Formats: sequence, C-alpha cells, structure tokens
Amino acid sequence: MNVAAPSRDVPLRIVPLGMFDARRPQRMVERSLYVHRRSWMVIVSGFFEPLFYLLSIRVGFGALIGDITVDGRTIGYAEFVAPALMAAAAMNGAIYDSTMNVFYKLKVSKLYDSVLATPMSTADVALGEIAWAMLRGLLYSVAFLLTMWALGMTASPWIVLAIPACVLLGFAFAAVGMAVTSYMRSWADFEYVPAVQVPLFLFSATFFPLEQYGSWSWIVQLSPLYHGVALVRAANLGEWSWGLLGHVAFLLVLAAIGLAVTARRLRTMLLT
Amino acid sequence: MAAAPLITARGLVKRFGDFAAVAGIDVEVESGESFGFLGPNGAGKSSTMRMIGCVSPPTSGELRIFGLDPVTDGREIRARLGVVPQQDQLDAELTVEENLVVYGRYFDIPRAECRRRAAELLDFVQLTDRAGSKVDPLSGGMKRRVTIARSLINEPSLLLLDEPTTGLDPQARHVLWDRLYRLKQRGVTLVLTTHYMDEAEQLCDRLVVMDGGRIVAEGSPRSLIQQHSTREVLELRYAPGTNEERAHAIADIGDRQEVLPDRVLVYTHDGEAALHEVHERDAAPISSLVRRSSLEDVFLRLTGRTLVD
Repeated sequence: MNVAAPSRDVPLRIVPLGMFDARRPQRMVERSLYVHRRSWMVIVSGFFEPLFYLLSIRVGFGALIGDITVDGRTIGYAEFVAPALMAAAAMNGAIYDSTMNVFYKLKVSKLYDSVLATPMSTADVALGEIAWAMLRGLLYSVAFLLTMWALGMTASPWIVLAIPACVLLGFAFAAVGMAVTSYMRSWADFEYVPAVQVPLFLFSATFFPLEQYGSWSWIVQLSPLYHGVALVRAANLGEWSWGLLGHVAFLLVLAAIGLAVTARRLRTMLLT
Repeated sequence: MAAAPLITARGLVKRFGDFAAVAGIDVEVESGESFGFLGPNGAGKSSTMRMIGCVSPPTSGELRIFGLDPVTDGREIRARLGVVPQQDQLDAELTVEENLVVYGRYFDIPRAECRRRAAELLDFVQLTDRAGSKVDPLSGGMKRRVTIARSLINEPSLLLLDEPTTGLDPQARHVLWDRLYRLKQRGVTLVLTTHYMDEAEQLCDRLVVMDGGRIVAEGSPRSLIQQHSTREVLELRYAPGTNEERAHAIADIGDRQEVLPDRVLVYTHDGEAALHEVHERDAAPISSLVRRSSLEDVFLRLTGRTLVD
C-alpha cells in the first residue's frame, strides 16, 4: 500500500519534556516498601559489608602501610581509605539496584508495563525507582558511617556530611545504571557491568592518592566515583574548599543525564 | 438524547516501520455495551487495544476515549480505565491482596479505601482465601481472576480485556465469563479481543471481525451469522487426501462449500437433508456432523481462513 508515506512514528508528545512529567513517583517507592517490608534482614546485612571492609583495612593494610601524605598533610592509611570505601559501597548498591533489579522488572516481570496502564507516567517510574535506590543507599551509608565511627575510623564530626554526598553519588549511579540497563538485551549483557565497575572501584583514587596516577590523573577525574570519594574524604577530614562544588556539579549533571535518558528510553520501549 | 460514544476511532492507523499493524479502522463503542474485536493472531487486535489503553500512540487517524485525546490526556483517560492485558503481569514480589492495594495506589486512591475495595473485589472473583498468598503458586485461571480484580480497583467505567481466556481450561473460562457478565450487568462497558468465536458469542453485543489490520465485518454475532452464513453447517470427513475429489462429487449440494485440509463444510439451511443427499450420491463420509453456523464460519467466509490454526 502507501508505504512511501513520510510520517515517521515519532510519538506526538514532546519527548525532551518527558522527565518533567512526574506527578507521583513516590508510588513506586511505596511499592518497593511493600516488597521489602518482610525482608528487613537484607537491611541488617547491610552492616556486615562495611564491617568486613573496614576491619580488613584497619587491622590489615592500615598496620602494614602506616601513615601517608596527601596534599602535604599526613594521615593514617585507614583514615584515607575508609571514606573511599564508603563512597564505593554507595556506588555498588546503586549499581546493583538499578541494573539487575530494574532489568527483572523491565523485561521479566513486566512490572512497568502494568504500572504504565495506570495514570503513572514513565517519568514517575524512572524517578520513583531511582529514588528507591537512593533511599536504600541512604540506609547503607548510615550503616557504614556508624561502623566507621564504632571502629574509631572517623576523623572529624563533619563526616555526617558524607551521607548526603553518598546519596548524591548513589543518585548519579542509579540514574546512569538504569539508563544503561534500558539498552541491555539479555542477562548475558550484565557481564559487562563488572568490567566497568571494578576499574572504577580500583582506580578512582580509592586506594592511593590522585598524585600517584601522574599524567593519567585526568582519566581518573572522569570517574564519577572519584568525585564521590573526594567529597566523602573532604567530609571526613573536615576540609572545605570551593573545589568541592565542582565534584557536586559533576555528579548532578550525570544524574540529570541518566534520568532524562531513562525516562525517554522507557517511553520508546514500553509505549510503542 | 443518547450520550456520546465512549470510544470513537476514525481512520485509526498503527505502523511499526513499514508494517501496518492497524491499517485504518473506524470503530464506535457506546456506553454500557459489550464490544469485541474478533480475529486471528496478528490481525491488529492487541495494537488497537494498546492504543485505546493510551500506552501506544496512534500513527495517524483520530481516536477519542471518553471524548478525550489519548495523546494529550492519556493520564486522565487511564485513570478511568480498567486494563486486563494479554499476559497477566501480576507483581510476583507481592501477595494477592498487596497486588490490588499497590495497584490502587498508582491511581492515588487512599490506602484504607484500597484495602476495602481489595477485600470486596477478591470476594467478587472468589479468591478471598488466597488474599495472603504470593501470586506464583496460583493456577492460570486464578491469576486471571486476580488480574481482573486488580483492573477494577479504580472502579472503571470501561474495561479493556485482551484475550481474557486464552490458555485457560473450559471450567476456568466459564467462571470468568460469569464474572464478566456480572460486570456488564452492573453497567461496565466491556471491550475485549478474542480469537474464540464461542467467547465472542457469549460476551459480545456487537463485534468487528479484523483481519490484516482491517475490519472485514461488523455487527451482532447473530446478524453476522445471518448475513454471511447459512443456518446450518454439515461437516464431512473423508479419508486423508480425498477431500477435493469427494467435494467435487457433491458440489451441487447446499448453498456453498468450503474444502479444508481435514474436512469439507457444506453450508445449507437443512443439514440433515443435505447429509441424506450425500449418502444417496454414494459419497458417504467416514464421519459427519450437523451443527449451527458460528462466527468461525463467518470468518472463514470473509477471509478464506480459520480463526485458530
């Protein structure tokens, strides 16, 4: 028939505005609360991960390496690494929530299809799911902080500001993670996640200072985790500078891009 | 005066690339009626339902639901719809009751009200005793009933059902039909797709027959049969591979014939008389059956193919 008709199948809705179409993302969070209200053990287990991490640093590496000098200031290695691990834990949690869990709901259980049959929009789904990942990240960050404090690894009371820093970091990773997940075709594609996650974990000035990277340090600065680590480390030492705003801005931009791509992808995938 | 139609579609088209899933259809559904889209797999029924459900933007043509435009007022329309999708899509991480309550929350219904309605709806679909159970262990028929209960949580005036009984055993189908019939009695407008003619005959006041993205016939089940078929049908089975030859021998019996791979259909007003004549011709079949005409025959007449292959 008239195949030559030029009208392309672009939805008539104004696509870039998609992410602002959220009215009740809290309903997605509410659903997650229903799902998890019987699984409080998962939350408790959140204390164990930081405990093992921090113990290994404190009794192991810390004793072995002793003090190091960063930016002309000498601090114990445990104090140097602990904040980085806190940021890394926030990253890992957000990635886990926004990749495997989201893929299951997107492709296997078709949860989002049934949600979108109601007055909920793709922006509600995207924002709600990312908000839930952040909320969980908040819980784990608090657990991490309490463990650090109990082990005597906090350097200043300003460390409480590490919590909002970790939430922001979790937000950025959850948004990007969900956007990337929307491009995954099968479970096999998740093999690539650790290929990104592990280098980020190891080379974001997590275990040694940025100066050590020499002329490669600009690459490190592209890592979102690096910016999160910088914020948490500054909070722990109580050292404030305007440069920190740059780290915040980097993470905010990343989160906004992730969110916009996710809302748009959900629309093209589910509302065809 | 009669109220405006609940659904109006004019020249409605849905394309996926070069493929036209829906190739320009006109449909009107009145409030309170029970309307069906009948057709084989791939006829464009589900694509049409998704457009009506405001989860698939039309490529072209006009579509109004409750007088609203799904492209701009999708949220408002969906707030008043109940949707039973082809696959159940129940929330496997929640219990049966939570499925209903959480779904109601997506409509912004207060939590206490959600719980009250959930209890009422589970009673309606006879699943009160499974309220606390997870979804997975339920049978196919039970899952379907939960999905129907869930779709009613916002007290919709229009219920969309995409192949509501596909894959269910006969008993489960009858339970479901009974529940749907009760909803209809309460004034809920039902729009459903099916490729079972018995389902269409049971549930639909009016239906359209779709094939290849187009509407090929429209009317009540009875009027469609009257228009496109005879009162009775004589089905004859011959030895494999001899249908064509046998059909030729009895070509002048009845109004019309269809030769299918497994049987010969003779359309006539009096099946018994036709069978008698067949025997007199020495064309006795291995087995025979006289039955009333059904929508299946209408479909066969209009498209030359059977509904369920």
